[in-house]
Amino acid sequence: MGDKINIALAGNPNCGKTTLFNELTGSNGYVGNWPGVTVEKKQADWKADRNVSFVDLPGIYSLSPYSPEEVVSRDYVINERPDAVINLIDVTNLERNLYLTTQVLEAGRPVVVGLNMCDLLKERGDVIDSAKISSMLGVPVIEVSALRNTRVDELVKAAIDAGKSGSVSSGAKCFSPEVEDVLGEIAEALAGKCVPELVRWYSIKVFERDAEAIKPLGLSAAELATLEELIRAIEEDRDDDSESIITSDRYDWIATVMDACVKKAPKKLTTSQKIDRVVTNRVLGLPIFAVVMVLVYYIAISTIGTAWTDWVNDNLFSDGFFLSGQSQAAFDEAKEEWSSNHYDDQIDGYIAAAEKAGVDTEGVADAIAAEDPSEEDEAAIASFQEAAKKAKVVATDVPVHDEDGNFVDTDDEAITKETSGGEPELEEGQELQVIDRVDAADFAAALEGKAAEPDEHDFGSFVDSIPTAATNALDAAGASDLVKGLVVDGIIGGVGSVLGFIPQIFVLFVMLCFLEDCGYMSRVAFVMDRVFRRFGLSGKSFIPVIVSSGCGVPGVLATRTIENERDRRMTAMLTTMIPCSAKLPIIALVMGVLAGGSDMWWVAPMFYFMGIVAIIVSAIILKKTKPFQGEPVPFVMELPDYHFPSIRSWALHVWERVASYVKKAGTIIFAAAVGIWFLSNFGVAGWDGGDGAFGFLSGMEAVPENYMDYSILAGVGGALGWIFLPLGFGNWQATAASISALIAKENLVSTFGVLYGLGDATENSVSMWQGFAGMFTLDGTLHVGAMCAFVAFNMLCAPCFAAMGTIRRQMNSAAWTTFAIAFECVFGWVIGLFINQFYELVVFGSFGVWTVVAFALLAAMLFQLFRPMPKWDAKDEKILSKLTEDVAKS
Amino acid sequence: MSTLREVRVGQSCTVTRLAGVGAIKRRIMDMGLTKGTEVLVHKVAPLGDPIEVTVRGYELTLRKDEAECIEVEGIH
Repeated sequence: MGDKINIALAGNPNCGKTTLFNELTGSNGYVGNWPGVTVEKKQADWKADRNVSFVDLPGIYSLSPYSPEEVVSRDYVINERPDAVINLIDVTNLERNLYLTTQVLEAGRPVVVGLNMCDLLKERGDVIDSAKISSMLGVPVIEVSALRNTRVDELVKAAIDAGKSGSVSSGAKCFSPEVEDVLGEIAEALAGKCVPELVRWYSIKVFERDAEAIKPLGLSAAELATLEELIRAIEEDRDDDSESIITSDRYDWIATVMDACVKKAPKKLTTSQKIDRVVTNRVLGLPIFAVVMVLVYYIAISTIGTAWTDWVNDNLFSDGFFLSGQSQAAFDEAKEEWSSNHYDDQIDGYIAAAEKAGVDTEGVADAIAAEDPSEEDEAAIASFQEAAKKAKVVATDVPVHDEDGNFVDTDDEAITKETSGGEPELEEGQELQVIDRVDAADFAAALEGKAAEPDEHDFGSFVDSIPTAATNALDAAGASDLVKGLVVDGIIGGVGSVLGFIPQIFVLFVMLCFLEDCGYMSRVAFVMDRVFRRFGLSGKSFIPVIVSSGCGVPGVLATRTIENERDRRMTAMLTTMIPCSAKLPIIALVMGVLAGGSDMWWVAPMFYFMGIVAIIVSAIILKKTKPFQGEPVPFVMELPDYHFPSIRSWALHVWERVASYVKKAGTIIFAAAVGIWFLSNFGVAGWDGGDGAFGFLSGMEAVPENYMDYSILAGVGGALGWIFLPLGFGNWQATAASISALIAKENLVSTFGVLYGLGDATENSVSMWQGFAGMFTLDGTLHVGAMCAFVAFNMLCAPCFAAMGTIRRQMNSAAWTTFAIAFECVFGWVIGLFINQFYELVVFGSFGVWTVVAFALLAAMLFQLFRPMPKWDAKDEKILSKLTEDVAKS
Repeated sequence: MSTLREVRVGQSCTVTRLAGVGAIKRRIMDMGLTKGTEVLVHKVAPLGDPIEVTVRGYELTLRKDEAECIEVEGIH
């Protein structure tokens, strides 16, 4: 048999199936999703023989048609026809595990049963007779330990032998005699309609009235009606529906197997039960959960994970770093001393004073700022110095600025209030910090001092950041500005945004995978279910939301732990509405404008509150729409025993998560980052002295500092600006900033800086606050509503590309991703509209078409929010109602 | 007829019948709560719902609404 042998691994959740899969395949696995659903699909070759490959089916309790996991598993076994099925059983939970086994045995495939965790059973003092089980099930049964890797190869060999010999399992005769009689009659009716080995499977499906499963049989209505009468008779006899009869009979038969094969020792309280007594305790349950959440958040988001990610972002992708702490300290000291001299302030003050005294200062400041001063620059500076000296220029009381460009008082505190003329506003008792006197000699000294800015490279053991190193390398190779821009800003910037998150994601998943593998995650659902059920989400949605307040990327990835597909999709869609750490600069900007940096502690919590309300409102609204409709998901869930996961499977679990993020999300983020770079750097040179041609803007002649105004991005901003007119910010800058914020939300602030020519101003700079406020000021009045609408929109609309890429990876469907992002944008827009229109109405009394629209939308939203859950199409109607009609007619 | 919802923590009972249809009923039965099964109500979640029961030797959690579908007898 030269062909590849396919073996499917089936079993209950927590039966050790994943451990077995990892043990058999190492880490060469391929993890993906089944087509159309976000149920995980793992496939890999056997370590010992590459001609044998395994498919790890999702952990399931039954092959019923109700959950995507179950449908995927049974479709695989029935339609894909693997050569053999290994059914792994957790013997500490034999009764329930055998229930799935009875169904797998009917699937018409060679089956081998592995009894896992027999060692634990022995510890309990129970005795199990595997030979007896084997004879009752009619298939080979082998005792294994997936964790300790004992007899695992034997299990696989048995499966290969069974597959080669084609000894198909015929299924246990597990039903009561009268049911078996009916099944026999159905089987006769089915003869010739399917492959012989599946007759029993389909007979049972017909008996259960599983419309989906029996579709391929193509039974006529008349045939069904005849069979229906037989089924009816039994149902009346047993006073139960056929599906329940089948289930009950299976469990009853299993009880006889248990009696025959297992001798149970008297029960004791297990360690797991002891732990659970404390962890899900009525009093301690919630506090313990809170502590666990705080720990996850603290380690992944506030400390280790973020510190690591910041290190990668700041050092590898931004400033470079020192290998030795000593050099770093020496450099910091030199740099601080250098800054404390305020050379720039001295220079600016002296030039200003010279201008006042009538000295020609044109071009001097630019000449000083030039990175590579030309001879002309030097000449300009020299002639200025000469002229100023002659005029005996002395600058007095020159104010100093801090790193954010703000004025500083005598206590080195930044002054956060300025008049519109740019003069500092002092509070009582506050004094402006100034340099008393700058004369010609001081100016010359300042010029020299400024030039002697400490350079990291002089301090030893300094490593350039990747962008700097790449720029240097490209310079050395004589690359053009275009290539440099593309490689450094576009590609490395894009890759950096992916790689920067890896440490955080890694740390997060080390913890989440542990919580998942040790069994705590199902307790989380147990403890929190009551709260989240009200919004149509499950208790497990809490973790992604918490994590998203640090970063949406791991937040979306954390939705993996939610079993239910609808809940998982919904949580992935909504979780990024909570403000992440990259949105904090935007919040700081608003605080600056509203409060001038004074302590308005409630502004930031307001945005978190808005995020939480947005998630809840969206969840309730969406739950009542078609795509999320459906029967309430049963919360009938096993609480598995606690156990310490093996380091190996834990590590593999983390690796799988991180690797799949990099592969799937990375490509989309990368493409998007390059795209935005292109939009903001290419355009038509329409400025004075420009040649009017289309091209790479900063590579053109006489390029002005605000060249972004001429970029495609500006054009797009202008073209899309009308969308935001009702929200109060229809200017192209706001739109362009919102677009560039898609790369990373904190880019909103720096793009404003570029668009308004504010240079290096940060979210803590007074000049930035004024520029930002100016955008929402009409006729001298600040429209707070428009500003809040702008911020709300940016908080709630599509997240950054990294998060969008992750949503794409998580949803595994382009349509769902588009829907998610469109919903977020529309929702953000509507909330922005509410804020702006209602603010305008209340404060300015203005009433217009859009006010009406806002009220209409609000009414629609409230209707959707409070209307009762619409009726869903019952999934389980199957052919029952149709059959009833048919029978009634005949 | 009493249902599993009414059984207090620490009490045991025997399942007599399952009301309801479709996914929820099937799921409850798949998890081993069939006619004649012995169930021990083990604890209640901190917020009062769901409940945790021991059935067929393992721990199972279900909401009170779902417990209401399960008719029981012989509470002790």
